[in-house]
Amino acid sequence: MSNVPKPDELMGIDHKPPKKGWMDVPVDFKPGTYSYPAKGKNLKILDMPNPREWSPTDEDWKLPENWKEIVREGFKDRLDKYRSFQLFMDICVRCGACADKCHFFIGSGDPKNMPVLRAELMRSVYRKDFTTSGKIFGKLAGARELTEDVIKEWFYYFYQCTECRRCSVFCPYGIDTAEITMMGRELLHLLGCGINWAMEPVANCFRTGNHLGIQPHGFKDTLEFFADDIEDLTGIKINVPLNKKGAEILFVVPSGDYFGDPGTYTCMGYMMLFHELGLDYTWSTYASEGGNFGLFTSHEMIKRLNAKIYAEAKRLGVKWILGGECGHMWRVMHQYMDTMNGPADFLEVPTSPITGTRFENAKSTKMVHITEFTSDLMKHNRLRLDPSRNDNLIVTFHDSCNPARAMGLIEEPRYVIKNVCNHFYEMPENTIKEQTFCCGGGAGLGNDENMEMRLRGGFPRGNAVRYVQEKYGVNRLACVCAIDRATLIPVCDYWAPGVEVTGVHEMVANALVMKGEKKRETNLRGEPLPGKEDIEDE
Amino acid sequence: MGLWFSLFTVVILVLLVFMGVGVVGLNSLFGIVIPYVALLVFLVGIVYRVGKWTRAPVPFRIPTTCGQQKSHPWIKANNLESPYNVLGVMARMVLEVLLFRSLFRNTRAELRDGPRVVYGGTKWLWLAGLAFHWSFLLILLRHLRFFTEPIPFFVNLFESMDGLFEIGVPTLYMTDIIILLAVTYLFLRRVVIPQIRYISLAADYFPLFLILGVALSGVLMRHFYKVDIFKVKELAIGLFSFHPVVPEGIGLAFYIHLFLVCTLLAYFPFSKLMHMGGVFLSPTRNLANNNRMRRHVNPWNYPVKVHTYEAYEDEFREKMKAVGLPVEKE
Ligand code: SF4
Ligand code: SF4
Repeated sequence: MSNVPKPDELMGIDHKPPKKGWMDVPVDFKPGTYSYPAKGKNLKILDMPNPREWSPTDEDWKLPENWKEIVREGFKDRLDKYRSFQLFMDICVRCGACADKCHFFIGSGDPKNMPVLRAELMRSVYRKDFTTSGKIFGKLAGARELTEDVIKEWFYYFYQCTECRRCSVFCPYGIDTAEITMMGRELLHLLGCGINWAMEPVANCFRTGNHLGIQPHGFKDTLEFFADDIEDLTGIKINVPLNKKGAEILFVVPSGDYFGDPGTYTCMGYMMLFHELGLDYTWSTYASEGGNFGLFTSHEMIKRLNAKIYAEAKRLGVKWILGGECGHMWRVMHQYMDTMNGPADFLEVPTSPITGTRFENAKSTKMVHITEFTSDLMKHNRLRLDPSRNDNLIVTFHDSCNPARAMGLIEEPRYVIKNVCNHFYEMPENTIKEQTFCCGGGAGLGNDENMEMRLRGGFPRGNAVRYVQEKYGVNRLACVCAIDRATLIPVCDYWAPGVEVTGVHEMVANALVMKGEKKRETNLRGEPLPGKEDIEDE
Repeated sequence: MGLWFSLFTVVILVLLVFMGVGVVGLNSLFGIVIPYVALLVFLVGIVYRVGKWTRAPVPFRIPTTCGQQKSHPWIKANNLESPYNVLGVMARMVLEVLLFRSLFRNTRAELRDGPRVVYGGTKWLWLAGLAFHWSFLLILLRHLRFFTEPIPFFVNLFESMDGLFEIGVPTLYMTDIIILLAVTYLFLRRVVIPQIRYISLAADYFPLFLILGVALSGVLMRHFYKVDIFKVKELAIGLFSFHPVVPEGIGLAFYIHLFLVCTLLAYFPFSKLMHMGGVFLSPTRNLANNNRMRRHVNPWNYPVKVHTYEAYEDEFREKMKAVGLPVEKE
C-alpha cells in the first residue's frame, strides 16, 4: 500500500464536476484505480470470446473486427430479455437522488461515479442506436456514437461499480445501477474485455469447483488442518465429513473462508458448531465454493457456476442445503439459483434436526443461511454459550451489501452476535442495514492493483467504523461475507487503524462451550481469553 | 446548451400560436386538429411504450429489499420494505407512487475535514416533487369541469377546497401557486447544484419549461387576459363528443395554453415523462421478496455448458483416491 497517498491527501477531492461536458472528458487509466484485464488462458477455459493479451493503457484494445455489430446485437438481445434493462434505460428522470449515494462517488468525486451518470454512459449509446429522438437530435438528446473510447469508458466505470445496489434504495423508481453495470459487463465480455481478478476465479471455479483452484485433496488437507488446530485449542477431535453420500445436509461456503485469515477462523467456527450439534452434514469438494464470480461476469456464467450446487445435493442425496457466511453467494442463492437451476424438488423443505424448525422462507430453494440456522438454535437455547470469552472484543456489525439489499437479512446476524458477545454497538443509521456501505472491493474489484480506488470506495464504510471506534472503543468489525473479510482489512487499516475484521461464526465458536472441552486459554486467533491474559506473560 | 435550446423551443411554440391564431387565424387547426392529433399520439404512444415494457419478460426476481426479510416467526418482518406477499407489494407500491417513499429517504453526503463524511437528511426534492405531482393531478381533475355536464361532485369539491382562501376574483387556486413554485424550484435546482446541472439534458429542461408555460398561460388567462369560459367549455365538449366547433373570440391566451398542453401530450410518450407508467413496472419494487419461498420462472431459461461431477471426477479421480475421498467410479 506504500504508493497509496495518505488519507487526508486522498480525500483532497472536490465533488464539483469539471467545466467540460462529460461526453468530452476522456477516460484516464490512472494506476491504482483500475483492474488488470482478463488473461486469454482464463477466457479459453470458459470458451469466451476474443481471448488475448492486452492492457487497458494500450491504444489498441484488439477488439474483434465487427465489434460494433457485436455490441449492438448484444444490447438488443438484452433489451428483449430483461424488462429491468429496458425500463432502466427509459425512465430515469435524472433527479440526482442517487448521485451522492455511491461510495465510489463519495470517495473519488469523479462525476462518472454518480450512479445516474454511470448509467448514462450506457443510455447515451442506447439513445443513439435504439430511440428515434436520439437518432434525430443526437447529442442534444443525450445520445452519442458508439466508439472505442466509449468501450474504454465502460470498462473503466463498470469496473468501478461494486454492484452493491445502494443507489437503488434511494431512486424513486428503484433503478438499480447494478443491473445496468451487469449488462454493461456482459457486453464488454462479448468483446473479451473482462478483468482478471474476476475471470481467474471463474475459470478456477469452473474447473476445480472453487475460486482458488484448490483441488480435492488440497481441500481435504485444509479442513483437516483446521481440525488439528481445533483439537489443540479445545482438546476435542472433530471429524470432517467430505463428499459423504446420504448426509442430511450439504454445507456450502465461500472459498475465502478456508483460504485466508480471518475467514479461516470463521470456517473453524462452523466446524466446531456442527460437531457440537452432532449434525449429519457433509462438505463437498466438487461444490467447494458458494461464492459465484459469475455474478460479476454474466447471467449465463452465474448459471454455469451455480449449477453444481443442486447437482451435488442430488448426487449425494442430501435433504437440504446450508450456506456459509458470504455476501454475493447469497445474492445468487436467493435471487437466481432456483430460477436458473431449479426446481429443487428432489430436496425436502429444510428442517433443523436440532430444533425441528421448518424454514418456511426457504421452502422452494431448500437452502438456509447459516445465521438463520444459528439464530434459531440460540432462540431455542440449544447452545451453551459463554459470551464473556469475547469480552476483549468491542464489536460493530457491517451489513454486507448483498444480504442486506437483496435478501433482507438484517436481524439474524445481529441476534447471533448479541448472544455471543457482550459489547455490541451499531454504526450510524445512514450507514447500516439497507443503507449499508460497500467494502469497496466487491464485484471482482478486490485486487491489489486497484487499491487506491478500493480505499476511496471504502471511505464511507471506514469513516463509520472510525466513528464507533472513537465513540465506543470498537475494535472488531463483524460481517457475514468472505469478500468483506478480505477487503475490509485494508479499509480499516487505512481509515480506522486498530479495528480488526471477524466473521460472525468465529465469535460463535469462541463463546461455544463444547462438551468435554479442555479449559480454553485463548480464542481461535490465539489471543488470550479475557481474564487469562497473565498466563501469556508467565 | 440543453437549457437554452429548451427555452428557445418553448418560446417558438408560443410564437407559433401568435402567428397561427393571432395573425393567420388558423383557429380550427389549433382548436380542433392539433388537439385530436396530440391526444391520439399520446394514447397510442403510451399504449405502445407500456406494451413494449410489459412484453419484455422479468426473468429474475430482483427486488431491492429495504428492510427485514420474513424468516423466523419471532423476528418482525418488514412487509412494507421487504414484502413477502401481494398485500405487502401493493402497500409498497402505493406508498411509492402516492408518497414517493424512496425519495423521502434521501440524504446528503458532505465531506468535512478530518477526513470525515457526514450525512444529513434532505427532503426538499421529495417535497417539491410531491407538491408538483399532486398539484398537477388536482389541476387536471379541476379541468374536468370543462369536459363534463353535469359536473361531477368531486370536481366541485376539489375546486372549492383549492380556492379555500378566496383570494381575489376569480379565486386564486392554491394548486396554481404551488405548481408554479414547485416547478421553479425543480428548475433552479437543476441550474444551481453543479452535479445536477452536469447530468441535465435538454430532455430535462424542456418538460419543465413546457409545464411552466402551461401553468403560466393558465394563470394568465384566468386572472389577467380573461377568456370566455363558456366558449372554452363549448369547444371542449364539442371535441369530446366528436362534434367539434370553434366558437369565435375565445382569446389568444387560451390557444397558447391549449397548444402547450397538446405539445406536452404529444411529447409525453417519447420522453422521460413515461416514468409515470414505468414506476409501476419496476422489478426492484413491484416483486415480493419471497425468492426462496416461491419459485420464479424465467420464460427464456436455456441450458448452459456446465462442468459436471463426472468430468470433475475424471480429472481428479486418482488424487481423490489417494487421500481416501469416495469416488463414483473406481
Ligand atoms: S435517483 Fe433514479 S431517477 Fe433519479 S437520477 Fe438516479 S437513477 Fe435517475
Ligand atoms: S451499485 Fe453500488 S457501486 Fe454501483 S453505482 Fe450503485 S451505489 Fe455505486
